Amino acid sequence: MNLHEYQAKQVLKRFGLPILSGHVCYTPGEAEAAADQLGGGICVVKAQVHAGGRGKAGGVKLAKSSAEAREAAAKILGMKLVTPQTGAAGKIVHKVYVEAGCAIAKEYYLSMLVDRAKRCVSIIASTEGGMEIEEVAHKTPEKILNVRIDPKVGLQGYQASKLAIDLGVPLEARKHFAQVVKGLYTAFVDCDLALLEINPLVLTKENTFVLLDAKCALEDNAAFRQKEIHDMMDYDEQDPRDLRAQKYGLNYVGLDGNIGCLVNGAGLAMATMDIIKAFGGEPANFLDVGGGATKENVTEAFRILLSDTNVKGILVNIFGGIMKCDVIATGIIEAAKEVGLKVPLVVRLQGTNVDLGRKMLAESGLAITPADTMDDAAKKIVSLAK
Amino acid sequence: MSVLVDKNTRVVTQGITGKTGAFHTRACREYGTQMVAGVTPGKGGQDFEGIPLFDTVHQAKKEAGANVSIIYVPPPFAADAIMEAVDADLDLVICITEGIPVLDMLKVATFMQGRRTRLIGPNCPGIITPGQAKIGIMPGFIHKPGRIGVVSRSGTLTYEAVFQLSALGMGQSTCIGIGGDPLNGTNFIDCLKLFNEDQDTDAVVMIGEIGGSAEVEAANWVKANMEKPVVSFIAGATAPPGRRMGHAGAIISGGDDTAEAKFTALSAAGIHVVRSPHEIGAKMQDVLAK
Repeated sequence: MNLHEYQAKQVLKRFGLPILSGHVCYTPGEAEAAADQLGGGICVVKAQVHAGGRGKAGGVKLAKSSAEAREAAAKILGMKLVTPQTGAAGKIVHKVYVEAGCAIAKEYYLSMLVDRAKRCVSIIASTEGGMEIEEVAHKTPEKILNVRIDPKVGLQGYQASKLAIDLGVPLEARKHFAQVVKGLYTAFVDCDLALLEINPLVLTKENTFVLLDAKCALEDNAAFRQKEIHDMMDYDEQDPRDLRAQKYGLNYVGLDGNIGCLVNGAGLAMATMDIIKAFGGEPANFLDVGGGATKENVTEAFRILLSDTNVKGILVNIFGGIMKCDVIATGIIEAAKEVGLKVPLVVRLQGTNVDLGRKMLAESGLAITPADTMDDAAKKIVSLAK
Repeated sequence: MSVLVDKNTRVVTQGITGKTGAFHTRACREYGTQMVAGVTPGKGGQDFEGIPLFDTVHQAKKEAGANVSIIYVPPPFAADAIMEAVDADLDLVICITEGIPVLDMLKVATFMQGRRTRLIGPNCPGIITPGQAKIGIMPGFIHKPGRIGVVSRSGTLTYEAVFQLSALGMGQSTCIGIGGDPLNGTNFIDCLKLFNEDQDTDAVVMIGEIGGSAEVEAANWVKANMEKPVVSFIAGATAPPGRRMGHAGAIISGGDDTAEAKFTALSAAGIHVVRSPHEIGAKMQDVLAK
């Protein structure tokens, strides 16, 4: 789960990190009032959506007065922002963040993440702030600095000051830089972040640092101990299909195709999408009902698939281990009878109690096409969904 | 012969009195595995359906002779449970628990440095040596004793591969699920090494996923060291970047971690790649016939 810029800044401020004053606004009037509160001088109006590349897409505007802030907000609010990260569909802007301006001397890039191969938290930093970091890494890899933090002892003082020197931070600003890096590391660990990206990290003309933008991705597995931060979730940013699935403990990712998939296990669910594509179809979703799903989970999963109007056919692929095939069969039959089966359905069952499950489906009176193997199932649903 | 576990393995279940732990401890015992102890703090001295309970893993090792642990403890306490088992100096710890925070696993990885215990998982189905010992949540009946080693990041996709192998008459020496998390205890290379050295394994099925670089590193190792044929499939060729596909580790973030990049590296290492999951068994049959 991702936080909005303004939410990330709220969190980071608690760790004593340098954040400019700002306000979240939902209307142009609010934006004007916010600019007044900030002193009525230069401010920046920024779209709050979960996507990078907002500036280039027209989602960030500089305003020299409160009236200009109002105008900028009027332009940005309600616009469909299309950036390389949103895909062609874009994202509608529902709120803006009006933030005080600052005098920029230099922009840096700084991020933290868990390096799975090196088994530590790593800091990635560069003098090329404000740019697409992937592009910098690709064209000028020597400009990307990497600092590995030993999990046993955490970030050490020398690492922060060495990074300042390696980045060419002026002497007068090095102490503040080290403070900022330490604060960010503390926030990363204390909040169980998956990614923390400050781009740009700005050195002002007064030789102090400011986090001009902030991106936080939260670690889903740590939600049980980071409830307050995870409760900041913006429901407008989520696919409604995803939200509904989450409520029932289902792993669902909406996609653009027309063949709905219901599978147990993440690996098998991905493999099922792959085989649909291999036979010329397009999956409408990734859906893992889990290893120990109940009849209720399966019924709800089926409802989600059937409520998606893009879905022209459904493929159920279950390898029953812990999950018994007859339980799956019961869920399918109940959901289909309740919601009404308007599209072709191919079911491939294998594993525990497979004969009972197949028998139940055959005797249900529903128009279900059975399949013995994965490839047989994929071929059948691709031709039926055409 | 087999790798890591066999009929002499003595298993302690951590989290035996929880619903999942109880269910699978029964299933493993029915399969014939020696389930010799359970650990639930506060219940030491009692028993679970005849299996003695202890307060600590140390006691389970000392008094019941356990040398392998299987963990079903819930995510908030799972890292602690792993470290306890490692501190008790067991041979092998298998962690089934899904959803352990990655920063907890960083602590575990650091804690384990310089200690001899091997960790499999977390977020894995476990390990089975067919006909001898099942220590995990996989359905035992689809497996057959034989000479194919299986190693995988996935659960049910592994069952699918095993099912295909068994249906074509190819039994398995040992099947290891290394788990779907970004930080795990045992990786592909560790397992490939074990199978390479095992006299009773003729060939290996390796099943990977999108995300991370473990498969590419394994490919490089295979190219330089592996003396037995390897058949491989990578799940997630159709997964969009930036979306987590169920497993915490299955997310495309860079560009070198796509299924395509992995297929390319595997093929270049001489591994027999199948592009569709239904071809795993048939490909292994072809490879062995040569």
